[in-house]
Amino acid sequence: MTEAPHLRSRAEVLAAAYPPLLASAERLAANVQLGDHGRKRAGAGEAFWQYRQLQTGDDARMIDWRRSARGEEQFIKQREWQIAQSALLWVDQASSMNFASAQGLPSKADRARLIGMATAVLLVRGGERVALGAVLPPRRGTGQLERIAGALVQDRPDDYGVPDLSPMVPNSRALIVSDFLGDIEPLKKVLTRAAGRGIRGALLQVLDPAEEEFPFRGRTIFESMSGGVRHETLRADTLRERYLSRLAERKAELADVALQTGWMVGHHHTSETAQGALLWVYQAVQGST
Amino acid sequence: MAVFGALGFAAPWLLAGLLALPVLWFLLRAVPPAPVRRKFPAVSLLLGLKDDEHQSDKTPWWLLLLRMLAVAAVIIGLAGPVLNPDSRQNGRGPLLVVLDATWASAADWRGRIARLEPMLAEAGRNGRSVAVLSLTAPAQVTFQDASAVIEGLPGLVPAPWSPRFDVVLPDGNFETWWLSDGLEYEGRGTLAEDLAARGNLTVFETGRTPVVLRTPLAEGGEVALTAERLRPGAAEEMQISALGPDPSGVERVLGTATAQFEAGATEATTNMDLPTELRARVGRFAIDGLRSAGAVTLTDDRMQRREVALIDGGRDREAIDLLSPLHYLRQALEPTADLLDGSLEDILLANPDSIILADVARLAPQEEEQLLEWIEGGGQLVRFAGPRLAASDVSRDAEDPLLPVRLRAGGRSVGGAMSWGDPKTLAPFPDSSPFVGLALPDDVDVTSQVMAQPDPTLSERVIASLADGTPLVTRKAHGAGQIVLFHVTANAEWSSLPLSGLFVQMLERLSISSRTERPDAAQLEGTTWQPAQVLDGFGRLQSGDSLPGVAGTNLFERPLGTDLRPGLYESEGRRLSRNLIEEDTILAPVVWPASVTVQPLVAPDSQPLGGVFLTLAALLLTADLLASLAVGGRLRRGVAATLAGLFILSVPVETRAQEDMPSVPDDQILAAGEVTFANILTGDATLDALSLAAMRGLSRTLFDRTSVEPSEPRSVDLERDELAFYPLLYWPITPEQQRPSDAAYAKLNEYLRGGGMVLFDTRDADTSRFGANSPEGQKLRELAAPLDIPPLEPIPEDHVLTRAFYLLQDFPGRYSSRDVWVEAAPEDAIQIEGMPFRDLNDGVTPVVVGGNDWASAWAIDDAGYSLRTVGRGYTGERQREMAFRFGVNLVMHVLTGNYKSDQVHVPALLDRLGQ
Repeated sequence: MTEAPHLRSRAEVLAAAYPPLLASAERLAANVQLGDHGRKRAGAGEAFWQYRQLQTGDDARMIDWRRSARGEEQFIKQREWQIAQSALLWVDQASSMNFASAQGLPSKADRARLIGMATAVLLVRGGERVALGAVLPPRRGTGQLERIAGALVQDRPDDYGVPDLSPMVPNSRALIVSDFLGDIEPLKKVLTRAAGRGIRGALLQVLDPAEEEFPFRGRTIFESMSGGVRHETLRADTLRERYLSRLAERKAELADVALQTGWMVGHHHTSETAQGALLWVYQAVQGST
Repeated sequence: MAVFGALGFAAPWLLAGLLALPVLWFLLRAVPPAPVRRKFPAVSLLLGLKDDEHQSDKTPWWLLLLRMLAVAAVIIGLAGPVLNPDSRQNGRGPLLVVLDATWASAADWRGRIARLEPMLAEAGRNGRSVAVLSLTAPAQVTFQDASAVIEGLPGLVPAPWSPRFDVVLPDGNFETWWLSDGLEYEGRGTLAEDLAARGNLTVFETGRTPVVLRTPLAEGGEVALTAERLRPGAAEEMQISALGPDPSGVERVLGTATAQFEAGATEATTNMDLPTELRARVGRFAIDGLRSAGAVTLTDDRMQRREVALIDGGRDREAIDLLSPLHYLRQALEPTADLLDGSLEDILLANPDSIILADVARLAPQEEEQLLEWIEGGGQLVRFAGPRLAASDVSRDAEDPLLPVRLRAGGRSVGGAMSWGDPKTLAPFPDSSPFVGLALPDDVDVTSQVMAQPDPTLSERVIASLADGTPLVTRKAHGAGQIVLFHVTANAEWSSLPLSGLFVQMLERLSISSRTERPDAAQLEGTTWQPAQVLDGFGRLQSGDSLPGVAGTNLFERPLGTDLRPGLYESEGRRLSRNLIEEDTILAPVVWPASVTVQPLVAPDSQPLGGVFLTLAALLLTADLLASLAVGGRLRRGVAATLAGLFILSVPVETRAQEDMPSVPDDQILAAGEVTFANILTGDATLDALSLAAMRGLSRTLFDRTSVEPSEPRSVDLERDELAFYPLLYWPITPEQQRPSDAAYAKLNEYLRGGGMVLFDTRDADTSRFGANSPEGQKLRELAAPLDIPPLEPIPEDHVLTRAFYLLQDFPGRYSSRDVWVEAAPEDAIQIEGMPFRDLNDGVTPVVVGGNDWASAWAIDDAGYSLRTVGRGYTGERQREMAFRFGVNLVMHVLTGNYKSDQVHVPALLDRLGQ
């Protein structure tokens, strides 16, 4: 299993190539969370906004003495009002993800975690609050990164993962990374609910090349990773066409669901580089403003 | 057997199984190969997909072919294929099988018979009558039905002697097969001609070359062994073993040596290291793994050196060697026996074969008793007369147990300048004598002798006498041994016997000495030898009890036969072996006349091929297994598991011997390196600190005043710490103390037994006399119950503790009670009058028990000031001083034991000596 600090460091390396990912601050006004999205007006925040003359009703301790000492008048230092957005992250950790068709290829889980973690790094660096499924509530800061990394490296025993965006912070952004090979109905439900709350985001389907090509022959028993589901065939090569059509069907279904809910769908193969996938995620989150 | 060309089959009907192969082909095709198991997460997408056709993927054709070949190889292999099967035998008429049946064919005897049996059976099937003639045990030849002859075959055994060729051949013509042993014998050619005249003669020889073991030669501590083979051949190694009884009588291999035949050589020599003690026990030498009488050599007295002890009566006499009573004995025995010198007592411990007493008259009663005991156990005592024996009263009136006869006073002298008569010569030896048959030299005469008293038993005890009938050598049996008396001296003073060769022969006959060469017939004249063990043709030893005795003259002269078998022969306590291969035996390979056809006994060109086919089948099946695994996708795992298994089996686990050594803490090394005192932890922190301070005070006092320089004291935990480093343990008793565990008690007992001392202190002497029921006293009783403590008593006035360093009368600590208890003195210790102390020299008391709270008196702080006050003012300090002195005495007692107890005797001893 990937060790948490290791995952974190690899994700940081991957994310280093990108400017901090500032999730589009759509409808920030309603989402009253402090963050790095400057509101172009004075308020609670960290960045300097303006000096303003002391007015009646201002507290004496608010006076910025350094500035006031230069002249006759007293000034108050104001900071920009900054609001953060929440990002919901869900990475499939079910055993179906622990599959790599060849030696040297990373497993799907490995790749999904890396992309998910890199996204989290970018988001946190941009000052966002990141939640990991139902496990970690949205918080900010590097401490959250460590918690996410720790939670990501755990495996789940069930065959296929069910997306879970439990915090359902309204109007937040979401990223779901999975192979979407399990039942698609729960996903539909989650996405419908999320769309109802104004959550928008991206689905990233991570697949192994073998799942895309089905290069098998001869008498074969196919088993799911935990062995719970199995299918025996006498000649695997005759199944190829029908398998590929089913896979295409599944992708189309995903695209349908996404279209209905305003989400984006991306596909990624473990044989490709993680950079490409991260770039897509970056654009998906940036571009859907 | 069915024969197809050059190939024969033992079970040809099994080949019908090959017809089943096509069926197998279809069966194998119908069964699909084992499915490949694959992990595949997208299996959810596959669910519900049906196969187009029900025909599964076929087993690859090459795998099918592999399996068919394997099955075909099994079938052919089991059918018993033979290349060039033996199909000889085309003769007609009666068949005579002549066997040499000697030891030379014993090595492969079973193979010969096993080969002969099918040949005879084949002859029987061809309707021929058969007879077998064994040349070592010739019998009337009658042609019989082959089956009857075959039944008799197991009864034929090789004999350990040469074949005879003067056999009576049956009438008529017959074919002859002669199974030869490959050795040339006189008369063999004649018989071959006779046989060839009667019909076809075929000689069968095996490829085996007979190997024999020559007579071993003993030189010093080594025995030279020579093995010889009949024909030169390839280089070969032979292991030769010396076998004999071990001290408990069980036969064992006493030594081994390896003889190396060079390529082309017929002889191989090796030396075997055999100490004399071992050599005497060797019964036979044998070439390992060779079942033949020729490969066994029995040893006898020639190989053994007897141990003879020489004792003379005149050890104080300063005479020249030639006059020494032992000189001639020494000369005669040295080459053939091991001589022992020393006092009789030492010699008896060595248990020699013989003891020779030359002119010894009397022995100390104890020596006499031991000597008699030794003779009863089989020893042979040989005594020579001399002036001392003649002058003594020994065996005068009553027969001395150590002399065979009574002696007359003085002996006699004949033929001297001052006496009448001529020197006497020897009379022929009587038949009952062990010397019978020895030639009498003319020049042996006797001038003086001791005379035997006439007795009823005298005549049967005489084994040699002079011409006038007076006994010269007498003997009597005693227990399992015997006593022999030469009535003359062992030197040339009284007779010329010791100068003659007869003397040596007589010693030999008495088995005092033993020859290294084979005795000739003349030396064996008149003796009869009973076979003890005889060899059979296979070289196995058998009891010779049921065989008749052999006359000594025949023993080495007659050729071996049924009445003279090779073996070990005994006579009069001597043992001689007649071996099959003696020094003069010559081995020569047989040369057959040109007309005789010689065939190897085993048909070499008949090669069974079943094993080859079965091996091939096994290989094919292995290949099939690997191929099936490969097709099923399991090859890598299977091979990896196999390799891993092999790897685990083959890689030794690296370990180091040093790892097992327990590490020793530095403080223990320090404690063991110097004198260190310790207090036992009680669990009461204040008391433990006080005790440690007390030990420090005691150590410092010792350092200042004595040569004992203790290192810093320690506190020990009975449960954890090793006690062995501390000579003295101080154990204050508190009522609250925990009882130590059983393991700690075991450790304590070990410590006390090993010389340690524990000072128990109940610290209650101010309130309670020792033994009263104070809480500490009760606790002490409870604590000390499991300890191995001897009976105690209050320190007696003369105890060494009172004077080990200081002279003390009482042993105060903080309190001054006289109730201090130590190990009780033994009850039989009595005070000698005039001596200040009892003689108590043993042991250090393991415990000292008291209640004077010595710790409080001894304890000092780091600066050296006392921690607790003792008494008042000057008297108090005086008491503290006394407490320290007690401590010093105690340590001295522990370290020096009762050394002081010895020293105090010195003035008393000086006083007694009157100085």
